[in-house]
Amino acid sequence: MFARVRAYRHIQGSSAWTAGTYLIVLAVLAPLLSLAIHALTGSFAHWAHLADSVIATAAMNTLALMVGVGVLVACLGTGAAWLVSAYEFPTRKVLTWALLLPLAVPTYIIAFAYLDLWHPLGPIQSIMREVLGIESARDFRLPDIRSLPGAIVLLGFVLYPYVFLSTRLMFLTQAAGMIEAAKILGEKPYGVFTRVALPLARPAIAVGLSLALLETLNDIGASEFLGVQTMTVAVYTTWVTRSDLAGAAQIALSMLLIVVFLIQLERHARQRQRYSTVQRMRPMALTRLTGWHKVLAIALGWIPVVIGFLLPAAYLAFEAFKRVDSAGMISSQLISAAWNTLSISTVATVLTLFCGLVVAWSTRRVRESASGSSATQWFAKGASLGYAVPGTVLAIGLLAPLLLLERLTQWFVGLGGTQVTQLLVMGSTAGLLIAYTIRFLAISVGSIEAGLSRIPPSIEQASRLLGHGPSATLRQIHLPLLRPALVSAALLVFVDTMKELPATLLLRPMNFETLATWLYAEAARGTYEEGAIAALLIVLVGLIPVILLARTQSKPLLSC
Amino acid sequence: MHITLKGLLITCRTTIASVALAAAAAAPALASNEVNLYTTREPKLILPILEAFSKDTGVKVNTVFVKDGLIERVKAEADKSPADVLMTVDVGNLVDLVEQGVTQPIYSDVLNSAIPENLRSADGNWYALSLRDRVAYVAKDMDIESITYEEMADPKWKGKFCVRSGQHPYNTALFAAMIAHNGEQATEKWLRDLKANLGRKPTGGDRDVARDILGGICDIGLANAYYVGHMKSAAPGTDNRQWGDAIKVIRPTFQTTGATFVNISGAAVANFAPNRDNAIRLMEYLVSDKAQSLYAEANFEFPVKAGVALSPVVESFGPLKVDPLPIVDVARYRKQASELVDKVRFND
Repeated sequence: MFARVRAYRHIQGSSAWTAGTYLIVLAVLAPLLSLAIHALTGSFAHWAHLADSVIATAAMNTLALMVGVGVLVACLGTGAAWLVSAYEFPTRKVLTWALLLPLAVPTYIIAFAYLDLWHPLGPIQSIMREVLGIESARDFRLPDIRSLPGAIVLLGFVLYPYVFLSTRLMFLTQAAGMIEAAKILGEKPYGVFTRVALPLARPAIAVGLSLALLETLNDIGASEFLGVQTMTVAVYTTWVTRSDLAGAAQIALSMLLIVVFLIQLERHARQRQRYSTVQRMRPMALTRLTGWHKVLAIALGWIPVVIGFLLPAAYLAFEAFKRVDSAGMISSQLISAAWNTLSISTVATVLTLFCGLVVAWSTRRVRESASGSSATQWFAKGASLGYAVPGTVLAIGLLAPLLLLERLTQWFVGLGGTQVTQLLVMGSTAGLLIAYTIRFLAISVGSIEAGLSRIPPSIEQASRLLGHGPSATLRQIHLPLLRPALVSAALLVFVDTMKELPATLLLRPMNFETLATWLYAEAARGTYEEGAIAALLIVLVGLIPVILLARTQSKPLLSC
Repeated sequence: MHITLKGLLITCRTTIASVALAAAAAAPALASNEVNLYTTREPKLILPILEAFSKDTGVKVNTVFVKDGLIERVKAEADKSPADVLMTVDVGNLVDLVEQGVTQPIYSDVLNSAIPENLRSADGNWYALSLRDRVAYVAKDMDIESITYEEMADPKWKGKFCVRSGQHPYNTALFAAMIAHNGEQATEKWLRDLKANLGRKPTGGDRDVARDILGGICDIGLANAYYVGHMKSAAPGTDNRQWGDAIKVIRPTFQTTGATFVNISGAAVANFAPNRDNAIRLMEYLVSDKAQSLYAEANFEFPVKAGVALSPVVESFGPLKVDPLPIVDVARYRKQASELVDKVRFND
């Protein structure tokens, strides 16, 4: 009891928050640092080859993919958000949360589902041949999905919810007054959207866009599967096929430049979102659609849901049903993989949220204090870098720091006289948890910072004047106000952890399977359809947080 | 549903406890009758063999399936690494293990008498366990009985050739052998022509070649032979069976040697193996008649040990004339091969 009281006192010192932030950011930077050492101590001899025949192609492909996905997610996300925020039509309420469903579908799953659906042997082209009266697949074929345009479309339709999420929040909290003013002043509906809503939403679009583009940049599942030679694929090839870790690290680090740009974009956008307000949120008055407008709205609204979720999910359900039917039961290993996935994702989410809170809170306090050490703030930007590096690269970079931690732990445990004969950190799930936290910290820091910025500084000043310390203020005032931000961060981190594959494959302990690694093993044997049950389970488990997220979205920010 | 932070925390606390428990249960105890296997091979393919080993010897096998980064992980774990046996496919990967210093030499009469000399390292650092020939999948009704690897680049196959990523080790190994036989310039031209023949992006897996032949995207492709065994033995009516039934296998040859390219799967004993004796026991078991026929029957791979019966499907491909090129030459040229793939923009 006394120990606990002492501990609280200790944390109350603002230096503890700052120290915590430094520690967390150092943990994020550790794998990057170890990569940098690999990169700088390695040979640069192969750069002649890379410059000649790899980088230019990979950079062009990456650029094209990002521009394509960027345009698609911006249009889909913003359009959908405006549709459900401004108009009333049948199914609007369902659509408001259904539009988030594609979040539950990992890119590698949508890629393999659509390869099946779109293949000449698959249902879509079979039906078309049937209708057109063509007998052989050799006489009629649609363009192959294994292409750059295919990758753009598929990534776009699973990543647009990031833009939808941020933009919809903006329309809900900010837009009502201005839009009503515009209407009263005689602006036509189209003009309301282009001249008022769109400019208002631009910062929110940029926030969602940067997240979606980071995902695109470090995607390996869909890009490799669909044969698009991106920078990330080049990193992979250099490391795996040519056994050149140093070269891979060099390319990966040069990619960080793009990442830093995207993170700047997001921060810049968020700075322009000056919306500290204590007003109760007032939704926009909805325009009721009639006639063919109504039908059009329903059709347009549901297209992203159908393509990004319903079609692939139905396909997986069908394939899984076929399997359960022929194989009889879901195996006990699959159930244990599902349990592992659920439990480790939950723990990782708590850790990530906690670390995010420390970073966000300590940098906020610095901003408020008179002395204002901008060094800490600048440093805290490092917390977002983990999200930007491809999972495999991050995992490789983590090996050396984890080993250091392992030695420290063993030394510490050894002090008690216990003989340590096995790996404590790397032989347990601890290594994985650290990797997840580093990788997804950006999401929690970002959400919590955004949440904090909506709480006026005057609230904290009042609390401090009334005698609360910074920690008590956080606990009693800010945490309750931050609840929506925390919940949405928690759910995003949970979904991302659950889908995570490359770092899990490398860092997991022996005999430890998650749904993603299970599915991967099936896919590695080329028996994709046997992985359908695991894929469906990933989507189903992912649905739980997405639905919870949707529910908090529909009644957001009641008090802040 | 109403989520409270407190509720979330309580759930998480219990989950932390159970994860810790699960991790403790998963951590193998040392110095017991166990062997720890790190493998890049898909676990289900070798599971029947491992199960037979445990049943016959009473030694429990713990596995971790690591796809990429096996070497980096073992290196990082260093002298605390629980790894006993490292198992992988492709000679390049095996040579890498040795070059990165994560293996140790062993001497075993059993291994030496079962495995031909050119299919194990001279100093006992790695041993081949099975052979994997890279063959042509051809549309079933095509009028063609034989082909060379070189002829696959013939313009008559324009738009009709399918293969997985040119950077996949299965392909770079074949391209490396091509360099060893025909030289770099000829191989570069061959790769350019092969690329011109592609009917789709070089991606996916080897089974996709059969699938795309059935789907009418291509007529011919390069892939490993054992997948055909899996596909043709799948239950009637399944997708895999339909793909397998749509093709026939031709074993291509190099013009210079008239023989077919063969890669290997193999294993090595880890540098700091805590259960070294069990590791050698497992390796020796893997070349026993029983395990070798399991490789052949369950996995449709070609046994490394002479005299072991083939699976009927593999038997039906006819005799396998193995290319006499020393297998380590393939490892030597693979980097050059991989750079050629980039140079001709094969994958793009």
